[in-house]
Amino acid sequence: MNIDYHAISPVLILSATILIVLVTDLFLSPRRKAASMWVSLVGVLATLAAVLSLVGGGVRVTFGGVYVVDSFTLVFQAFFMGAAAVVLLISYRYLRDGGFYQGEYYFLLLTSFLGCLLMPASRDLLMLFLSLELVSAPGFLMAAFRKADVKGNEGGLKFFLIGVLSTAVMLYGMSLIYGLTGSLHLDAVARGLSTISGPKETLADVAILFVVVGFAFKVSAVPFQFWAPDTYEGAPVPVAAFLAVASSAAGFAGLLQLMFVAFVHQYAFWVPMFVALSLVTMTLGNLVALQQRQVVRLLAYSGIAQAGYILLPFALVSADASVNRNAFQAAVTYILIYGIMNLGAFAVTTAVSRRSPGLQIKDFAGLARTATLLAVAMTVFMVSLAGVPPTAGFWGKLLIFQAAIDRGGVGVWLAIAMVINSVISVGYYFAIPRAMIFEDPVDDRPLHSPILVTAVVATAMVALIVLFVLPDAVYHLGQVSSLAFGG
Amino acid sequence: MTWQNSAITITTMLPVVGALGILLVPSEKDRLIRGLGVAITAACLALSIAIAATYDYGAGGLQFVLNVRWIPVIGARYHVGIDGISLPLYLLTFLLGFLCSIYTWRYVPEPGRTKAFVALTLLLITGMAGTFIAFDLILFFVFWELVLVPMYFLIGTWGSANRQYASIKFFLYTLFGSVFMLLGFLALYFNGPVVDGKHTFDLTAITAFGASGGYAHTFQLIVFGAIALGFAVKVPMWPFHTWLPDAHTEAPTIGSVLLAGIMLKMGTYGFIRIALPVLPQGAVAYAPWIGGLAAIAIVYAALACLAQKDLKRLIAFSSVGHMGFVMLGIATLTTIGIQAAIFGMVAHGVITGMLFFCVGSIYDRYHTRQIAEIGGGMSQTMPKMAGIFAFVAIASLGLPGLAGFWGEVMALLGSFSPNTSSVAGLNVALFRTFMVVGGIGTILTASYFLWMLQRVNQGVEPERWMGTSFRDIVSVEWVSWTPLLVLILVLGLAPSIIFNVTENGVNAIARIFGA
Repeated sequence: MNIDYHAISPVLILSATILIVLVTDLFLSPRRKAASMWVSLVGVLATLAAVLSLVGGGVRVTFGGVYVVDSFTLVFQAFFMGAAAVVLLISYRYLRDGGFYQGEYYFLLLTSFLGCLLMPASRDLLMLFLSLELVSAPGFLMAAFRKADVKGNEGGLKFFLIGVLSTAVMLYGMSLIYGLTGSLHLDAVARGLSTISGPKETLADVAILFVVVGFAFKVSAVPFQFWAPDTYEGAPVPVAAFLAVASSAAGFAGLLQLMFVAFVHQYAFWVPMFVALSLVTMTLGNLVALQQRQVVRLLAYSGIAQAGYILLPFALVSADASVNRNAFQAAVTYILIYGIMNLGAFAVTTAVSRRSPGLQIKDFAGLARTATLLAVAMTVFMVSLAGVPPTAGFWGKLLIFQAAIDRGGVGVWLAIAMVINSVISVGYYFAIPRAMIFEDPVDDRPLHSPILVTAVVATAMVALIVLFVLPDAVYHLGQVSSLAFGG
Repeated sequence: MTWQNSAITITTMLPVVGALGILLVPSEKDRLIRGLGVAITAACLALSIAIAATYDYGAGGLQFVLNVRWIPVIGARYHVGIDGISLPLYLLTFLLGFLCSIYTWRYVPEPGRTKAFVALTLLLITGMAGTFIAFDLILFFVFWELVLVPMYFLIGTWGSANRQYASIKFFLYTLFGSVFMLLGFLALYFNGPVVDGKHTFDLTAITAFGASGGYAHTFQLIVFGAIALGFAVKVPMWPFHTWLPDAHTEAPTIGSVLLAGIMLKMGTYGFIRIALPVLPQGAVAYAPWIGGLAAIAIVYAALACLAQKDLKRLIAFSSVGHMGFVMLGIATLTTIGIQAAIFGMVAHGVITGMLFFCVGSIYDRYHTRQIAEIGGGMSQTMPKMAGIFAFVAIASLGLPGLAGFWGEVMALLGSFSPNTSSVAGLNVALFRTFMVVGGIGTILTASYFLWMLQRVNQGVEPERWMGTSFRDIVSVEWVSWTPLLVLILVLGLAPSIIFNVTENGVNAIARIFGA
């Protein structure tokens, strides 16, 4: 079998980095453990370069069609490596100053990102499963990394138990599909499922349901969202950022392939399910978020609500290929924009956690005076998450609305539900700027943010404003990210 | 790049570019920041006057057009232009923006932070001005929403006691209305004209398509409702007005001036520019309802004003009534009614903007806005201030010869003979009822303004203010007020300067309704 080494070079580079990090940590003196971050960062950037070197090279298929590099893969892989760089940068001081095991942490984090890297390229049920597990398993450990903290332990354990349970259900579903179609490859599964009928079709529907459960857990869709707030709150803030952005985007990358390729012929069965999933997830996420007083929990529920928005395009799938294409692009574009604003929000939260580990909303009071840049940036992130101009978040939502109105029928109702939810979300997103700007600081001393965190925050803020003026850049990425079917 | 295709882009974007520049100035250079604010808005005003001067009134129609690629993926273009309907509002935006900057030269409300204050004001001006020149629905919506965030922070940071509640209420109300408007726009897009094999957000194309009956009847009813909701909240039409008294009362002076002076007009402008010509059948179906709500608004606002104890809140409520006249004019679907609406928008912007300036300055002297605490006697303590306040209040109640008169009387005239053509077929008896109700409203309006003057200006100086020395109008106030005072008089004496400009555009809209 010929292996296309260029196609898998990102995976190879990141794997090598993981090993290097693990080994060098053994030889670093306790004071120099933080150097692992720089090793990791170099590895991540090299991986990103490898991903970019594949751009424009056409579709590459290797390992018998299990691993495919197409524009979808590249967009997501580049996104994940960008996210990895951000999480590394905001982890640096948090980990060093917090007295955590650093080598192990960076090893686990990169391993999770390796799973992210594999996910969009996997065109096979088994590979999808392995990628998902590779994302999750180190995540279980990282979630409980604050081991002296009861909440951290509780969150990690919850994450682990629910994660394992849902993966087991998903794996069972996959095995049923294999039994029905005799194949694990997504295209072959789609072909196999398109011809079955009678009781076998019912069985296929059940199998699809099981598989969706596994991913619904990953993207924290209701009713599989219970772990998210507790886990985010208990985990170190950078890990929460990873879970909220990269891990859930990986889940969506897998889900997109399954729903838009493998199971697309069964849409009549699963579209109603996604209608319900999307509606309940966004509504419940928003309503509960309104009650939150702790910022990480607030962001967790916001993430649940946002997952509801990203699930909406799935509910638009129909027999019309152009509608499906629009929906697919809307979902991809939204994930990209959501990643930027959410990482930014977590970066600011990381900086604030240095002074106020409790991270209540009132701990943000007066931030406009004690750390003006952070406050302005956080305001931009919150406005963007609410989807209001002048920020890029607006364009993300617009594309989903557009796809939904184009679909007509149920799409219009979903769009109406989403706009109402967007208005509700202002209620809690603006709670943070309100505290930062309208209220007086509890502690008048200026808040010093680590330079790396500040850089991340400023970059994300500028990106959101620039993308507001020129959204074409991100829209273009969404548009080109089509899956190479067949092969 | 020529003057024709770049002028309005430069003028509209200058404030936001200036705001970014101001962010780079150190906060300590307070005077420099205020000076930059004045300079930028002065440049904008000069440019907008130059645009008005070089506009070809003989030819009319859309001029200074720039239509370039912007977001091909969703079919949105950067299409801006200006016509007779936009021009007065566009000018008004920069005039009030400039006057507010001059006012800021002296008064930056508590808690200071001049840099953020000036930068947000400039961002706000770009958003408002952009709304009046956008000829692409997405661009329109972006400008429309652009005003929300700066106004939220202006109210929330520099407002008075109840500012946080007022600011979020303002934001949520407006956002709630406008998201439905956005869905309406998307519906117009997908059911609208196809240019070069693609749908388009281009307003001129959509207007041509809609005016010729391109949209199905039921579709028009639904989508008009969605779009009108967004506009109605902004106007605000009764019963969507409850955000207004809070927002206007709590906002800092220049926030109130810009809110009342320009932002409310975005809603009525939207009706005239988009809702009416694009969805004529929807407009015909909704017109009686809009007229009815407008009539209620006129009387309701007047009664509410009679009950107000807070001077600023009184002025705020009076806006609801004045905008009621504007909406009544629009609902008649006639040339005279829509002319009245546009005139009323400009007149209200000038007069109520000026009233908020007065109230701001009165508060600055007395440190209270309670009419009872001011207690009268302002004619004695500050004769000039009292004189100007009386002049503007009387203009606002619609005295003939001053700006407030024409919008009101022509709206009433319009509803005396609403559009009864075969296209519109409005019920004459119904609209004449609205006219009578509106007429009663004008009497009530006169009474609350006169009563207000009686309680503030007349009488003897109350004991509690004895020994307090009040500074009468200062030079900064003269500079920022004189243009408005002159305009009140000029518009009142020569209303045709507005009517002549808007005529072509209004006729085109009225023709759609067979008038």
